[in-house]
Amino acid sequence: MSKQFLLAAEGVTKSFDGFKAINDLNFYLDKGELRTIIGPNGAGKSTFLDLITGRTRPDTGTIEYKGTPLTKLREYEIYRLGIGRKFQTPSVYSDHTVFENILLGLEGSRSVWPSIFSRIKPEQRERIYEVLKTIGLADKAELKAGTLAHGQKQWLEIGMLLAQNAELLLVDEPAAGMTDEETAKTGELLLSLAGKHTIIVIEHDMVFVRQLGSKVTVLHQGHVLCDGSLDQVQADERVIEVYLGRKKKH
Amino acid sequence: MKQEVSKKEVLIGAIVALFLIAVIPGLNAFTPAGSSLHVSDFNINLWGQYLCLAIVAVSIDMLWGYTGLLSLGQMLFFSLGGYALGMHLMLMIGKLGQYKSDLPDFMVFLGYTKLPAHWEPFAHFWFSALAVLWVPGVVAFIFGYLAFRSRIRGVYFSILTQALTYAACLLFFRNELTLGGNNGFTDFKTLLGFDLGAPGTQRGLYIASAVALVLVYALCRWLTLTKFGKVQRAIRDSENRVLFSGYAAANFKLFVFVLAGMIAGLAGALYVPQVGIINPSQMEPAKSLEAIVWVAVGGRASLIGPIIGAIGVNGLKSWASQAFPAYWPIFLGAMFVVVVLFMPRGVVGLPAQIQEAWRRHKRAKEAAAEAAATATQVPKDSQS
Repeated sequence: MSKQFLLAAEGVTKSFDGFKAINDLNFYLDKGELRTIIGPNGAGKSTFLDLITGRTRPDTGTIEYKGTPLTKLREYEIYRLGIGRKFQTPSVYSDHTVFENILLGLEGSRSVWPSIFSRIKPEQRERIYEVLKTIGLADKAELKAGTLAHGQKQWLEIGMLLAQNAELLLVDEPAAGMTDEETAKTGELLLSLAGKHTIIVIEHDMVFVRQLGSKVTVLHQGHVLCDGSLDQVQADERVIEVYLGRKKKH
Repeated sequence: MKQEVSKKEVLIGAIVALFLIAVIPGLNAFTPAGSSLHVSDFNINLWGQYLCLAIVAVSIDMLWGYTGLLSLGQMLFFSLGGYALGMHLMLMIGKLGQYKSDLPDFMVFLGYTKLPAHWEPFAHFWFSALAVLWVPGVVAFIFGYLAFRSRIRGVYFSILTQALTYAACLLFFRNELTLGGNNGFTDFKTLLGFDLGAPGTQRGLYIASAVALVLVYALCRWLTLTKFGKVQRAIRDSENRVLFSGYAAANFKLFVFVLAGMIAGLAGALYVPQVGIINPSQMEPAKSLEAIVWVAVGGRASLIGPIIGAIGVNGLKSWASQAFPAYWPIFLGAMFVVVVLFMPRGVVGLPAQIQEAWRRHKRAKEAAAEAAATATQVPKDSQS
């Protein structure tokens, strides 16, 4: 390989009880890129993120991040390399305040003893408010995260990834269940982060995908069907057949 | 529960602590027996036991209420602490036992002629006192390390902890373990040279239990305020998020599990000289389940709730098991069901629960009144 990719997955296969969720997947991502992955239900999009973040391990194939193989590492070790993940259903700590949610995401020690004896430093507090401003929740800092609206929870979770200063952000269906306005705001947020961070977005909402305007990769049956701009992809015969074609049947 | 310690909380805490540590034993020691303020020797002993059980309840709350680890075997660690001090107490009986031998009675009975080597260090009080902490700590560490590393969670974790205490119970029943078999240890005479039958000694043990409860409470309260405490509750609410935020959740759970085990061990060691006996029946799963009921009744994730629950339920038990012994287990079960169904936050959560219900009721009434008002105003619009 002549070029060093930020993330490279080669020949990755993963089956669950004989069902090949991921089938000989090859995927390459440049540093600073914003990439959108689309595909019908069961195409293996979330499974792919599971494989990157160490939630499951591939049967065969390699996944490398900056040349480091990820397939043998535990979740928190992969996180410590600079890979952050937002889940499909917003997972924030509902019993904690918005401020505390970001605090727990903040980069720094993750060990038991320091967590007992460390105090919040002024610069950490500043950093937390900076993140809260970015995600538009600065005025909600002292509210319990459980009381937030659905969209705000999604932003809070993205904020946790920003606080950790993750270089690679994996964002699973950020617009799911959002109002149009919230969706547009989420798009703006992600676009403002692109470049500073490398981002993979998984999404169903085509309006949202168009707003992002990034290179699109289409997954089908655990395999990359094609990639390119959204227009190119939508014009592709195979995509129309497996993806849009399936939609017509409804 | 509040995330900061207010001056008011410190003040109330200090008053309650003073009351438990100084006033109650003072009323026992310095008031005449006939006085209405007098606390009898019997009650001092009983309350000393309750306070020990309250310490166990706090340890369960750290696991269950704050970390989401429902351990159904916490009384195992309590018993281990009790046995560790019990061994010392057995050796302190000396020639005062039934058989007038240097060996504990059960050993004579089983035909031992020499003290087993592993018993010898327990003749030193300090060794026993340390064993009270490290024996439960080591057992908790080994079990916790294996369980958390293998990602055993939820109900599987609960079942395993129950199996662990049951297995230990069966093991301790065996005479070969040299720990007194099904009779366990009893007939204690002295501790640190003090006669365990004397009211003064029992009062001292009561005070030690009260001090231990206050210190354990303060330690746990402080821990829950630190970032560690935040991670603890984060694990309870969304363990996946914690893992994918770079925390090795297993290490945090292991720390809490070991700490809780040691706290329970301390409680057991204080309990045994007050109740005068320790045997494997303390390790029966039902005992640990009972402790879960105290915590649930008092209110989880509040630290104060479990203390109230432990004292309240055991006070009730002391009374009910005399008044209607046959029905006590049914009563206990019913209490648990009622709490689970109708009082998810336990006794300490009740005021807030009532307040919320009242507010909901008021809001519903207002909404109904408003709806009625609008309905009479615009009957024309209701064509659809």
